[in-house]
Amino acid sequence: MTNRAEMTRRDILKSGAAAATVTLAPGVTLMAFGGTAAEASGRADSGKRWGLLIDASKCSPDCNDCVTACKTENGWGKDIESDHISPEQAPEWIRKVTLRDKTTGRTTSAPVMCQHCEEPPCVDVCPTGASMKRPDGIVLVDKHICIGCRYCMMACPYKARSFVHEPISDQPEQNPRGKGTVESCNLCAPRIDSGRIPACVEACEKAGHSAILFGDLKDPESPISKALKEYPSVALREDLQLNQGVRYTNL
Amino acid sequence: MRLVLAFLAVFGFAWGAAADGSMPVVPAATGDPHPEGNDYWRVHHMKMLLHDRDLTMRDGVRNVMPGAEPIQASLGECFDCHGVQDEAGAYVSYEDERHFCRVCHDYTAVQVDCFMCHRSTPSDSTAHRTMATPDDPSSIEAYLARLAQEMTE
Repeated sequence: MTNRAEMTRRDILKSGAAAATVTLAPGVTLMAFGGTAAEASGRADSGKRWGLLIDASKCSPDCNDCVTACKTENGWGKDIESDHISPEQAPEWIRKVTLRDKTTGRTTSAPVMCQHCEEPPCVDVCPTGASMKRPDGIVLVDKHICIGCRYCMMACPYKARSFVHEPISDQPEQNPRGKGTVESCNLCAPRIDSGRIPACVEACEKAGHSAILFGDLKDPESPISKALKEYPSVALREDLQLNQGVRYTNL
Repeated sequence: MRLVLAFLAVFGFAWGAAADGSMPVVPAATGDPHPEGNDYWRVHHMKMLLHDRDLTMRDGVRNVMPGAEPIQASLGECFDCHGVQDEAGAYVSYEDERHFCRVCHDYTAVQVDCFMCHRSTPSDSTAHRTMATPDDPSSIEAYLARLAQEMTE
């Protein structure tokens, strides 16, 4: 192989030809391949939008399994990361929030993570293009070009982003992260790309709560779309009109 | 260009003449050799990694789909073959000067920033490198099947 760029271009053309076949024979061919053209190419699919529906009535205030699973999967939350800073500044991809109604005393609990907005303010303010939204709706930071200015942390209405203050090592292979860059929940993009559900969804189901429903918001037949259509739900700070991919019910 | 010249200086002219300590001794790798050959990789590894990092990071291509655009240079997979073990048999990280990348990069004084974020040792878990099968309980398909079953009950 002498010219790798040429090889890659040819491969892309080949995958384009495959996509054309799919388009020429809709329905049957799509079913035969079991997915869309984008899916067959392995790219994040703009025909999908991944989202979560969190049922606060099923979420137990004492349970922290989603947070623990996220830490294990993505490798954040070790003591060394908060050695020289206050706990509020420590990396935090997902946190449990407990709400208490002052009048009635009713408390509810739910996890809050990146809300994966359709119109993400963090992407709007990023000076380098590091804060980005994938075609399938996942909002994440490209740490290769993040300069650590933290504008996105200011812009996020949900306090979903955090900054890595300390040098770290032994990161999980699928989730590189390091000092001087901003990070947040990426909806477990590496897991989704390899056909797996996010770690928090899996942990919540294993804990017997199943409070987090995961699925494709663009597919009207998906369980999450049906649930959203049938029951009332809210997006946090709906007044900002960000059309989040994460919604809450029974809050 | 300076980088290429530096590499030519190291690898082109005096490869193998390292026993006297004047040249870096590249740690031996395990596994099959690269089909493109070592010379190709010595010159082009950075470009290959740069191209594929954007494909993975921004487009979500992870080489898990059959027939997908191929990712040919994945930093994590480097250490499947290029891990260097210390006396105790543990893999050394980039902190250690015996690390595969450091041996040449220290010699040529070219700084590597990769390992500020990426792990520099072989990964414990490689599940994410292959597409989940429907019988894997954490797969999206199995999850949707469980939800469908729940709804019918």
